[in-house]
Amino acid sequence: MLVRVFNKQATNSLRKGLTTSSFRCVSVTKDYLKPTKRGFASAVPVEDNLDSNPAMMKLKFQERLQKEREQALMGGGQKRIDKQHAKGSLTARERLELLFDKDSFQEMDQLKAHRCTEFGMESKNFPGDGIVTGHGLVNGRHVYAFSQDFTVVGGTLSETHAQKMVKVMEMAMRVGAPVIGLNDSGGARIQEGVDSLAGYADVFQKNVDASGVVPQISVIMGPCAGGAVYSPAMTDFIFMVEDTSYMFVTGPKVVKTVTNEDVTTEDLGGSKVHTAKSGVAHGDFANDVAALRAMRRLLDFLPSSNEKETLPVKEATDPADRLVPEVERLVPDDPNSPYNMKDVIGQIVDHGELFEIQPDMAGNIITGFARMEGHTVGVIGNNPLTLAGCLDINASNKAARFVRFCDAFNIPLVTFVDVPGFLPGTEQEFGGIIRHGAKLLFAYSEASVPKVTVITRKAYGGAYDVMASKHLRADANYAWPGAEIAVMGAKGATEILFHGEDLEAHTAEYAARFANPMVAAQRGFVDDIIDPQDTRRIICNDLRVLRTKKMPEIKKKHSNIPL
Amino acid sequence: MLRSQLSKASRKYWTSRFFSTEPPFSKVLVSNRGEICQRVFRTCKELGVKTVAIYSTADSKAPFVKAADEAVCVGPAAAGKSYLNVERVLQVIRDTGADAVHPGYGFLSENANFCQSIESEGVAWLGPPVSAIQDMGDKIRSKEIAEAAGVSIIPGYDGTIDSIDQCVEVSNQIGYPVLVKAAAGGGGKGMRTCYNDQEVREAYPMAKSEAKQFFSDDRLLVEKFIENPHHIEFQVLCSPPAGGKLEKPEDLQVVVFPERECSIQRRNQKVVEESPSCLLTDETRQKMAEQVKMLCQKVGYVSAGTVEWLVDEEQNFYFLEMNTRLQVEHPISEAVTGVDLVKGMLWVAAGRGLPPEFQIDGLIMPSKGHAIECRIYAEDPLRGYLPSTGPLLPYIEPHATGEGESYLRLDSGVIQGHAVTPFYDPMLSKIISYAPTRREAIDIMTKGLDEYVIEGVQHNARLCNAVLRHPAFVKGETPTSFLPRHLPDWAGVQLTLAQEEELAVAVALIGMTRDSFLQRPTVVPSFEPMVVRLGGFFGDAFRVTMGDEKSAIVQKLGDDGAEARTILVNSIKYDPTRFTASVSMDREMRSIQVMNEDSEGEMKVQMYGADMPCLIQSEREYQLSQYMHVPKMVDTSDMVMSPMPGTLISFSVSEGDHVEIGQELCIVEAMKMQNIVRSPRTGTIGKLSVPEGASLVTDQIIIEFGVEETEEAA
Repeated sequence: MLVRVFNKQATNSLRKGLTTSSFRCVSVTKDYLKPTKRGFASAVPVEDNLDSNPAMMKLKFQERLQKEREQALMGGGQKRIDKQHAKGSLTARERLELLFDKDSFQEMDQLKAHRCTEFGMESKNFPGDGIVTGHGLVNGRHVYAFSQDFTVVGGTLSETHAQKMVKVMEMAMRVGAPVIGLNDSGGARIQEGVDSLAGYADVFQKNVDASGVVPQISVIMGPCAGGAVYSPAMTDFIFMVEDTSYMFVTGPKVVKTVTNEDVTTEDLGGSKVHTAKSGVAHGDFANDVAALRAMRRLLDFLPSSNEKETLPVKEATDPADRLVPEVERLVPDDPNSPYNMKDVIGQIVDHGELFEIQPDMAGNIITGFARMEGHTVGVIGNNPLTLAGCLDINASNKAARFVRFCDAFNIPLVTFVDVPGFLPGTEQEFGGIIRHGAKLLFAYSEASVPKVTVITRKAYGGAYDVMASKHLRADANYAWPGAEIAVMGAKGATEILFHGEDLEAHTAEYAARFANPMVAAQRGFVDDIIDPQDTRRIICNDLRVLRTKKMPEIKKKHSNIPL
Repeated sequence: MLRSQLSKASRKYWTSRFFSTEPPFSKVLVSNRGEICQRVFRTCKELGVKTVAIYSTADSKAPFVKAADEAVCVGPAAAGKSYLNVERVLQVIRDTGADAVHPGYGFLSENANFCQSIESEGVAWLGPPVSAIQDMGDKIRSKEIAEAAGVSIIPGYDGTIDSIDQCVEVSNQIGYPVLVKAAAGGGGKGMRTCYNDQEVREAYPMAKSEAKQFFSDDRLLVEKFIENPHHIEFQVLCSPPAGGKLEKPEDLQVVVFPERECSIQRRNQKVVEESPSCLLTDETRQKMAEQVKMLCQKVGYVSAGTVEWLVDEEQNFYFLEMNTRLQVEHPISEAVTGVDLVKGMLWVAAGRGLPPEFQIDGLIMPSKGHAIECRIYAEDPLRGYLPSTGPLLPYIEPHATGEGESYLRLDSGVIQGHAVTPFYDPMLSKIISYAPTRREAIDIMTKGLDEYVIEGVQHNARLCNAVLRHPAFVKGETPTSFLPRHLPDWAGVQLTLAQEEELAVAVALIGMTRDSFLQRPTVVPSFEPMVVRLGGFFGDAFRVTMGDEKSAIVQKLGDDGAEARTILVNSIKYDPTRFTASVSMDREMRSIQVMNEDSEGEMKVQMYGADMPCLIQSEREYQLSQYMHVPKMVDTSDMVMSPMPGTLISFSVSEGDHVEIGQELCIVEAMKMQNIVRSPRTGTIGKLSVPEGASLVTDQIIIEFGVEETEEAA
């Protein structure tokens, strides 16, 4: 009687365990392949010692495993999940479900447990340790991910939690697949003390190791404070969710005690702060669902690793020889009239699709991913709509980091130039525009990917040199007939040259000489003066030729970009 | 065939008489800009006449400049310094050797001095004589002439009214209903409509006190009140006999075109016009045409012109004014009669008389079919028709092709990438449909409007679509009160549930087609149900399940959900380069506009003039979306934002000032217009956020209100 009941129960849970768990469990099948134990077990009379009966033990283990899995899948339990939903957020697992193609996620370390025995932690067990890790497909391509689970001890980072993150990054580097981190963590697990800090540092080190090997993307979907901010900070891109995420090194309470400033969480480290003021984040999205959709879109532009072959290539559905007569009309003749360079870019790239990076920061420069003839390109453009398209500290930083990402991952650079120079002023000089501007100069000079540059209107002064000029080994440089390539505008130049005498005549003379691209073309600083409507055709053509571009490497440990 | 059989001599006769190949002029300059230039150039080209365009620096890349054989810049963007700069224009005429000038409409078209100067240069003026411009240009004088010519004008009393009794007496003389109104009035203040003596006695003191109160002038006038009037106009082309001078007025040849119904107007600006009108009886048409002829002969009118009337529903008609130019809406008259009015103007000015196709037996040009014109303006019907500027991107005109007798014509002055500037009239184009019946003409027009992609500026194409689809318009009920009566506070086209269901299926189909075209793996695996959200992330959700190849099941979800419905899918043709998809469902074809997705996957779609962001979600995304919070709207109640792009001319208040609701805060100039921005609330000015002279974009914060002292508030 007893036996039958026990067996029935065990068999049921076994069946349940095998069928309901959608996660692969190698050990289950393995144990059943050991025939000797099974043979021996069946010989033992059940009445004698039920607990030590191997068959029963296995079944019992199955039951325990099943329970552990159920607990892992439920995270911090229904109550906490409801709380997470009430905040307007999704759970760690729901997020992964939306990030990956349907049913493609395969979890790692679901059962990994913390090893802390202090402050009552020894009695607390939560398989997975507050983070879900694994890999799956995004648009059919392999991607590794971790997703911190705020419902499990606030998604705090323990030694083992960190080990899971490190393992994911390690695997991603081995196979050459991007890593995407979904951050939602209360910070260090204080009960673990220095072990937790060590965990952070291990993650940081791994971030650095992976940098330039595989693309790393962080999405901040909840709190991210203190030391925790530095792992995302070292990844290639940080995105945030509006209203529900924040990032800061020290929170409002500490700020109040130290500097006596009253500031809200949102105003200190909300998405608006980091996308528009600090430049820490590269974009924000309305909510979790929208953010994850956007990540799928972004990943569709990126290579899986720094191997050139992993760059995604789509069939060319937008004709490479499509004329773009509109672009000439979009650019006003008057060098002082603004226009939106995004409109120009939109006409030239495939299907007008541009995934902008840092759209809310330094509007005077545009950075983003697009496609030309189905191949990913990084697009940089001065935008005369903001600050006349001047280079300033923020624009230099924004563009420099983007250029370096593209160069690290073999993404060709297409640059549209309309720049009147660097932004003058004490604020800029005191802020170190020299150092920051140098970053962009350095990044462009160092970049060995194909570089194609089009000057649409103004290219004045040092900023002309910086913006992927011929002198920085750009591969193809063009100017539209309306371009002006000069040290400065004609009026300013004449004032210096002629000390205010006969200004009008001299201005006209200077303008006739330099307010056109002829001199630059005669010197070979631009390869040609092109009809604006041919711009797309010519860029596509050049990029096609440049796909086999090779630059000799100069042997060095690494360069020393002016940080 | 026939012509080849004719003898050489007779062929020569016929070609010179009816197919004259000799151009009427050698070179025509159009002293205008935009679509009308291209319109005139087209005829000139057909007749072998060379063309000259003048342009301002702001228009240097405009299509009309490229369309001309020669183009000369006449000055900077401001019209006063370029298009209205008579001296410069005259110099261009001399320099280019143009022997005729077409003034178009607006600008210098009704400027008698310019006309005079042209004629004294010995250059032909493609328009009426100076005297006619002067006579008809003055509203009072034109009415006097019209009255003298025997044309019916709005009855009224010339003097002011001094007493109630006099008011009653005058009202009786005019005939009820009458309008008692302030002599200094306007805007409906101090204005009373009266249908009998009793009402006049009641209205008189009220109107008088209102007049005193609002205009500090209590003089009153009485005139006939025309109920539910229609704005109807007659196109004419007049000419002295070929080669001859006009000896007596009766010798003037007058061709009157079937009337144009131009009642659908916003703020006295015509929006939709059609020809013929549904209102006029043949008898009224004939009577009016006769008066038109009388008037033209009286003023010795030559060339093309238009006589405008108010017509009430009892077929009473009253002369309003005469426009001494070729009007914007002339293409609908051309459509129903099949002639070219610009050619007529060229012939008449060349002294050849009316071209043969204008030579008719009767008074009214024979016509057939029905034509409708919509004027597309870069203005925002949802924001009080404020002008909107910017580059047109994308801008794709509907195919201007015809099937059988029907066709769609587009007279456009713009092109993709063209920047709409604040310097000139915001009209982008005229879209004209012609068909044998009115119903068919409406269908062609709505289809054309559905395909007409205009992005980058706000525009009224959707409003036009709403007008044409309105049951009252379809019935032909189009008095001048149409827009305020049928589409007051218009907030965009609203779709019915059935239409929304069809749109949801169409969006699902388009999304699938688009993703496979761009080789973008879909969010929703094939053959799994998808959820289409109309209106964006938090919009109405429709579950769409693709059945077999030929049908889809759609069901509205949520609190106001509906029964599932099966829709037959006949075909889908998606053209990403034109941003248009033709989707045939339940055997009905519809054109749907689809813009690119943003980074979060939302794409803007438009069907039947209703436009909205749309999102395709997987079932799981939809389930999880329920937890997402609707974003907090930024509280703008303590801010004043710029209603339009423009320049901040001046502030009328300073920081710390206390202001009342409606008090003037600042002046924003846009499109040469100074717009007064008034306070939306009572409060204290906290901060002036921009300096005077700043250029503004729409919704830019101009003023922030200060935090109210709680004690004050209490």
